Amino acid sequence: MKELVVISGKGGTGKTSIVGAFAALTAGKVLCDADVDAANLHLLMRPRIRERHDFRSGHKAVIDEQRCIQCGDCLERCRFDAISASFSVDPLSCEGCGVCVHFCPTGAIDFPESLCGEWYSSNSRFGPLIHARLGIAEENSGKLVTLVRKQARSLAENLSVDLILTDGPPGTGCPVIASIGGASAVLIVSEPTVSGVHDLERVGNLAECFGVPVMVCVNKADLYWDAVKEIERLCQARGYPIVGRIPFDPAFTRSQVEGMTIIEYGDVPGKAALEELWEKVRLQLDRINQ
Amino acid sequence: MIISIASGKGGTGKTTVAANLAVALKDLDVQLLDCDVEEPNAHLFLKPDMCSGSEVFAEVPEIDENRCSHCGKCQELCMFNAIAVLPQAVLTFKELCHSCGGCFMVCPENAVMAGRRLLGKVEKGTRGNLHFTHGVLRVGEAMAPPLIRKVRATGNGHQVVIVDAPPGTSCPVIAAIRGSDYVLLVTEPTPFGLNDLELAVGAARCLRLPVGIVINRSDLGDRRIHDFARKENLPVLLEIPFDRHVAEVYARGDLLVEVVPQWHAMMRSLFEKIVSNLREWKQSQ
Repeated sequence: MKELVVISGKGGTGKTSIVGAFAALTAGKVLCDADVDAANLHLLMRPRIRERHDFRSGHKAVIDEQRCIQCGDCLERCRFDAISASFSVDPLSCEGCGVCVHFCPTGAIDFPESLCGEWYSSNSRFGPLIHARLGIAEENSGKLVTLVRKQARSLAENLSVDLILTDGPPGTGCPVIASIGGASAVLIVSEPTVSGVHDLERVGNLAECFGVPVMVCVNKADLYWDAVKEIERLCQARGYPIVGRIPFDPAFTRSQVEGMTIIEYGDVPGKAALEELWEKVRLQLDRINQ
Repeated sequence: MIISIASGKGGTGKTTVAANLAVALKDLDVQLLDCDVEEPNAHLFLKPDMCSGSEVFAEVPEIDENRCSHCGKCQELCMFNAIAVLPQAVLTFKELCHSCGGCFMVCPENAVMAGRRLLGKVEKGTRGNLHFTHGVLRVGEAMAPPLIRKVRATGNGHQVVIVDAPPGTSCPVIAAIRGSDYVLLVTEPTPFGLNDLELAVGAARCLRLPVGIVINRSDLGDRRIHDFARKENLPVLLEIPFDRHVAEVYARGDLLVEVVPQWHAMMRSLFEKIVSNLREWKQSQ
């Protein structure tokens, strides 16, 4: 079983458009959207949801006015300034540590588990998709990422398919760390801009921290060749294979507006580039023994 | 006045708007806070003279084995599985700790000592009279919000504070935008842009903050953002059509207000619209 996770560091470089194209180009895989914070893959896959599950994780403190004697112990102990002077808990600030619950002398603080979002098991024209929706302003995105990846893996095992394509989140923090641990390889989608180069370097460091092999593709490569060369130098120094250079093609936006992958959209430069990219990614994946 | 610039979706142009807006307001006392600590980029465009930096740590427990009686109370209290009490030893998992301080409080033997975990750094600089601060999360560190709160805490005493927020809609975004006066959402007229804009509007509304919209690459999509804005009664303050030259200037790391003449006026007018929209919003409350 192999899992390819597509990440980028910088947001908006084209992760989801690329995963969508890969989905259209290969049979026998499970798709997984690990960008639970701002999931988009379903907009291209237009899946039919088969199963819907609550995602509960963590707890939030709730003060019961009846039992509260307003002694102020919780206010003093809370490190997250989540308790107001009138003894109510701001759920957005509550970290769910339970310190106030434990020490409250009258046991006036309840600690219910939070409903943080939903996850789905769906079918699409390109095969099964596991995706999720984290509630707005919620925490525990890392745990939801771990959950959707686990579900994708068990679905792939049940269906006896040996490939998982995972659309990852931007950044380098908790959800990205949860997305790449134990993956067979990451594909970093970079762009030839000063931010793209800077963020590639950081997210490459992160993948190396976790011992996950890296390959890199450059999107919108014809926008600024100087930065493409810089990306090439960086990749060569670090031993990251460059598996593709994708031209800027407005057809990516047009196909997205139609709810299609670029592969289905017609004979455009972006399509040819993505076909070539997928061939090279495949070869790299085959080289990785797992 | 604190203006947060957020988006939901990544790569829509938050940093471009934040950096160019900050520079266009030269005559005001402005501070820019780059709160996208996972991938901070504003400094690449502003190229500020950095004058100070400090490391930021989270407080984590270290167990004094000579005092510890292995009673297990700390493990029981910790909601984050950061302490495991074994018969012969106590293991602490620094990277899981949320620094709630519960283990320090609950230990009857005073055996929990203050250790620390590096979260990243906060650096300050200036560019002319523009004040700049950003946070850089240590690569490998999972928790961005405590560092974002540190960056935010430096934002006071200036006439205008501009916050460059991270993408997404979960806890790092909330940490960046809460306490601001106005949220400017930069989006693009595509299905992904709209989907994530809806979530970002939800996050701003959660905090009861007024929202304005900037549509970037406004001609590379359709009318869905306009339709949404009308339905939700949100003002569209600026539309920026796609321009290859603009994309190239950005790619090089140059400031548009310094290279493309109309950008200066565009950013000034954006600021005026924010100010007047904020005034209207306050009156309606």
